[in-house]
Amino acid sequence: MISRGWRTRHVGGAKTLVTAGINPAFTVTLGKVHVVIGNTLQLIVNGLAFGGLVFLLAAGLSIIFGLMDVLNLAHGSFYMIGAYTAYTVVMATHNFWLALLAAPVVLALIGALLELVFFRRLYRHGHLTQVLMTFGFTLVFVDLIRSRFGPTTRSIPPPPGLDGAVNFLGATFSSYSLFVLGMAIVIGALLVAGWRVSRLGMVLRAGVADKEMAGLLGIDLPRVFTLTFAFGAALAGLAGVIAAPEFAIYPGMDANVLILALVVVVIGGLGSIEGALLGAAVIGLGYVVGSTIFPQFAIGLIFAVMAAVLVVRPSGLLGRRS
Amino acid sequence: MELAVAGLTVRFGAVAALDRVDLEVASGERRALIGPNGAGKTTLLNVIAGELRPAAGSVRLGKRDATSLPPWRRARLGLGRTFQRSTLFGQLTVAENVALAVRARVHSSWRFWPDGERLVGEEVKRRLETAGLPHLAGRRVATLGHGEQRILELELALTGAPSALLLDEPMAGLSGVERQAALNRLLALPRDVTLVIVEHDLDAVFAIAERISVLDHGVKIADGTPEAVRADPRVQEAYLGAV
Amino acid sequence: MIPGRFPSRLVFLVCLALALSSIPLWAPRFWIYIATQALIFAIFAMSLDLLVGYAGLPSLGHAAFYGVGAYACALLAIGHVDGLLPLLLVGAVAGGLAALPIGALSLRTSGIYFLMLTLAFGQMLWGLAVNWTSLTRGTDGLIGIPRPTLPGLDAFNMSLYERGPFFVLCLLVAIAVFVFLESLARSPFGKTLEGIRENDRRMRALGFPIFRYRLVAFVVAGTVAGISGSLAAMSNGFATPDLLYWTVSGLGLIAVVVGGSRSLVGPLLGAFVVLFAQLGLSTYVDRWELVLGALFIVFVLFLPRGLVGLVRRA
Repeated sequence: MISRGWRTRHVGGAKTLVTAGINPAFTVTLGKVHVVIGNTLQLIVNGLAFGGLVFLLAAGLSIIFGLMDVLNLAHGSFYMIGAYTAYTVVMATHNFWLALLAAPVVLALIGALLELVFFRRLYRHGHLTQVLMTFGFTLVFVDLIRSRFGPTTRSIPPPPGLDGAVNFLGATFSSYSLFVLGMAIVIGALLVAGWRVSRLGMVLRAGVADKEMAGLLGIDLPRVFTLTFAFGAALAGLAGVIAAPEFAIYPGMDANVLILALVVVVIGGLGSIEGALLGAAVIGLGYVVGSTIFPQFAIGLIFAVMAAVLVVRPSGLLGRRS
Repeated sequence: MELAVAGLTVRFGAVAALDRVDLEVASGERRALIGPNGAGKTTLLNVIAGELRPAAGSVRLGKRDATSLPPWRRARLGLGRTFQRSTLFGQLTVAENVALAVRARVHSSWRFWPDGERLVGEEVKRRLETAGLPHLAGRRVATLGHGEQRILELELALTGAPSALLLDEPMAGLSGVERQAALNRLLALPRDVTLVIVEHDLDAVFAIAERISVLDHGVKIADGTPEAVRADPRVQEAYLGAV
Repeated sequence: MIPGRFPSRLVFLVCLALALSSIPLWAPRFWIYIATQALIFAIFAMSLDLLVGYAGLPSLGHAAFYGVGAYACALLAIGHVDGLLPLLLVGAVAGGLAALPIGALSLRTSGIYFLMLTLAFGQMLWGLAVNWTSLTRGTDGLIGIPRPTLPGLDAFNMSLYERGPFFVLCLLVAIAVFVFLESLARSPFGKTLEGIRENDRRMRALGFPIFRYRLVAFVVAGTVAGISGSLAAMSNGFATPDLLYWTVSGLGLIAVVVGGSRSLVGPLLGAFVVLFAQLGLSTYVDRWELVLGALFIVFVLFLPRGLVGLVRRA
């Protein structure tokens, strides 16, 4: 029943997630557990870097769900578009930093457009309708990407300056991993600060806690929704750019990464940025460490944790919604 | 069946919706629960019915401690209830609504093959007659008027032959004729059915109730015969504000 | 269900069945193949509709039971079990057994959390299929699954390896599943399930332990999905982990919604739409995902009752 297109996509996808496709800098030698501090540090850094990437993706998803009650399955597509934007820009200008700026802008525009034209109609419908419609969009986006770029896997190199390695405490870290980790921390801090301190953050938090009240208080909810959606999309696009030099770029990359973002959002709590940080750290570390010690079950374990959280504490570790 | 709650406390965040409420209703008694808006009357009903878990206190149904029982078990023990806002099966017909309730009573819901359901059909007809709704049998509930929905709401609760009935504002929004019909229906209930009615319609309250309990801001401020409650200054203050 | 009086619906269904069964006689080979795949997927979609349309439990992990059924059948067939009935039954049992614990845990939540929990469990099983290489051979999958021999066919010098007979087999199973699910929906159990879907709060107040009813529905749906998995394994000749991937559940939901949920004909039609888009269109147009995705979006926005809803309006 599954056509060839699907089969190759997902077999490829499975491989990408499970073994290949992840840059050697992230995977650690399977089967041996090193006790040396340097290597443990390497494991931790790699895990947190990976987690940082997932955080960027999960943050947008969490905010959108927390505020607008919309589960956006097309979020992975935004990530994919971000990666392909990076590819296009880098191929054209050989400038990674330009891509880093361009992708969020592109995605913000796409996100705003989508919200205004389509998603706006979904708010009064149930969760199933939203899920379905956003799922429909994933199909559309995958197709558009594939027709423009073809099905083969692409890649771009890390920008010059970040393509080397750094030695520290007896272990080697790829400069790019450190960059990813740094970006995630900076953006995470900005987001948390913005969420907690800024006026917009206050508005959003109020909206998350009680949408009706916020509307009654005169907050222009439709505009806030559009901005929020655009912002979430931009974050996903940024994640895509950052991921591009490390991971394989191919038309099916959205499905795998979306799942991970969902796991993080569930564990951390819908609508909570700190929760997304916590969840991403847990998942990132768990996945990398798990891949070292018991690779057979790493991916299954991640979903098992997600399931456990959903059963025991559906609102997540730090979530506010019940 | 007797009903009792002891030391019941329910909190929503920092607000105590119910604060150490005690209530004892004898078997077959007609008890009214009144109080200004937001006093916690519906909350109390929800706790007795099992939809809400109290922060402290206990609920007793008959001889059993029902505090940790889920709503469906309490219904099986003989507890019936109506809701403040009609909670019906909007997209189904009136007959189908009643049929759902009848199947619970007749224990036929675990048949996996299409059944003629003759028994169920007969019982549905009987109940529709009693409630005065046979002409509406095929109508979708969402198309019914408010009064008709309230009648159906009551009928669903009565179908299970409950030994204790919790009624949440049964008179709300009814026209004069409908109101009288509902009142007659309640007055005609068998004497062994315990009745706890939350109502704002004080005329109906005084017509039905043997005892009245008064709630205000989650606290029971009075409990006694209708005459005693009517004369109680605390009750007057609660409704009218300090004079 | 198509409304209208009972006879006209029955007439429609009989005509549909006859039309479908005539396909091997006149359709080109590739289209017989598509129709076969559509029927297998239709069985999967109908089982999903039991959950989504009748029980009101949208699930993104249903493909797991489909895949589990396929692997069970594969293992048995490769292990030289040749009977049709055992192969179908093992898929059913495997699907049902997988659905029991997953349902028991997932049904403790509802709404969006249920959706995500089923997704999580589905992905766990997918991960298991990928990683338990000693049993499943990982991403390579189990290949070389033989189709069972049917002594009746042998007499006519035919076998299930031919498209025509295999199509008829799938059609018969689909009809049987349809009749079974239809009668389940009309039964007192089905009516109770409907009540739970419409207003679970009221059902609880009436004394129904709704968790039990939902669990039964979940397990039945998983069992039927397992049957479709068995057929898929026989049809493809292989079983791979992507059968369990969440996007397959998504496609199932598309079939249910486009066709029209809460009817069994709906998912049937929807399955054909999905398969024609996937396999049929791609011979002419390589953009089936775009077409299907766009179609789906249109349906969700403007035709939430699906194709069956269009008929009802007319």
